[in-house]
Amino acid sequence: MKIMLMILFSMILINNYLLSQFLGICSFLGVTKKLDSAVGMSYAVIFVMVLATVVTWPIQTFLLDPNGIGYMQTVVFILVIAALVQLVEITMKKYMPALHKSLGIFLPLITTNCAVLGVAITNIDNGYNFAQSIVESLGAGLGYMLAMVLFAGIRSKIDDNESIPKAFQGTPAILIAASILAMSFMGFSGMVDGIFG
Amino acid sequence: MNKLGILTRGFFRENPVLMLLLGCCPFLAVTTSAINGLGMGGCTTVVLILSNVIISLLRKVIPDNVRIPCYIVVIATLVTIVQMLLQAFLPDLNKALGLYIPLIVVNCIIMGRAEGFANKNTVGDSFLDGLGMGIGFTIACFLMGAVRELFGAGTILGFSLGAMTAHPMVVFMLPAGGFFVFGILNAVVNQALKGKDVPRATEFGCEGCLMIQPAEEEPKVEAPKAEAPKAEASAPAAQDKEEGKESEDK
Repeated sequence: MKIMLMILFSMILINNYLLSQFLGICSFLGVTKKLDSAVGMSYAVIFVMVLATVVTWPIQTFLLDPNGIGYMQTVVFILVIAALVQLVEITMKKYMPALHKSLGIFLPLITTNCAVLGVAITNIDNGYNFAQSIVESLGAGLGYMLAMVLFAGIRSKIDDNESIPKAFQGTPAILIAASILAMSFMGFSGMVDGIFG
Repeated sequence: MNKLGILTRGFFRENPVLMLLLGCCPFLAVTTSAINGLGMGGCTTVVLILSNVIISLLRKVIPDNVRIPCYIVVIATLVTIVQMLLQAFLPDLNKALGLYIPLIVVNCIIMGRAEGFANKNTVGDSFLDGLGMGIGFTIACFLMGAVRELFGAGTILGFSLGAMTAHPMVVFMLPAGGFFVFGILNAVVNQALKGKDVPRATEFGCEGCLMIQPAEEEPKVEAPKAEAPKAEASAPAAQDKEEGKESEDK
């Protein structure tokens, strides 16, 4: 149990996918313009991350490794994730139209989101068992959400702010704000070991 | 557009990172030193050239509505090959780049060029486009890596610089420094382009990945006949493979 909590909190705070591992930066900088789209994207990412782990971990452990074709990991994972996202979208459209309306537009973006492929590969590289992998994916997704929501709040003050010097308006200001947010997350390093260790 | 234009526009005018704001994840993550930046740029260039060439060869055989999965299979296969070669011949670089090598698959530059250029242009042009864009990405990665290495470790390409090495600003090597240096680079580009009429992406966004169109959309000359049989020969293989994967998933 302790190790699960450690994995969960270190994924949220210390190894935050967006702010310390640079996975999924496109969506971090692209979809945080409005708070509600940031939240919608985050829910979709959490959902797909956990689902992708549930599917890819058994494929690697029971299909690829025993047959000695572990090197096919990248090809298989990206196809499985792409197929999965399609499947989820179709199912959602048919049976949960309300949810599809709010999350549907984000789902196609997730196929090419490196955070999802990243979490699937990291789980295998770290040698986690099935339960630990799921906890790690959940932690990664929650950390993603935390960073997205915080950054959407910050961006509402930065975008179209006339008091920023001309050359820094737009993308430079956004990146420097992200830098400061990443720096504040550095303060968490060592915290999880301190509490649970 | 002439051949030289196709090659060189990726260097600066349509630089994928600095001008089009694509492929930010690997660009920010691995550029902690100039060497790593060059390594990442090199790997991406190799994949980009080969994927552009293969997709351009297959552009007549790939059915339009399943083209994205086909591109993904081609790109993922190439990335796996590059990863194996790195493991065998450059294990240090492989270790430094780590997770970001398999993640070249989801680099939007590669997908963007496949969709935006290679699937409607000849093989030769696609090769030049891949090379040019790859070099542009490498230039950007090298610049970023060099700046971060200079301030963060006080070295340039591993050579120590006296006083700067003694008091490095470690924050430049950390994630925060990555965002910061990219922000400054963006501001420099903004300042340099001030008053000039050069198109530049002003927003980050995933939506742009698959929809980047080259500046001029002229109908190109048809590919030479000799390439057709080769394309047909390799296409069913790619498709079979993909179908195999899909059924495996179910």
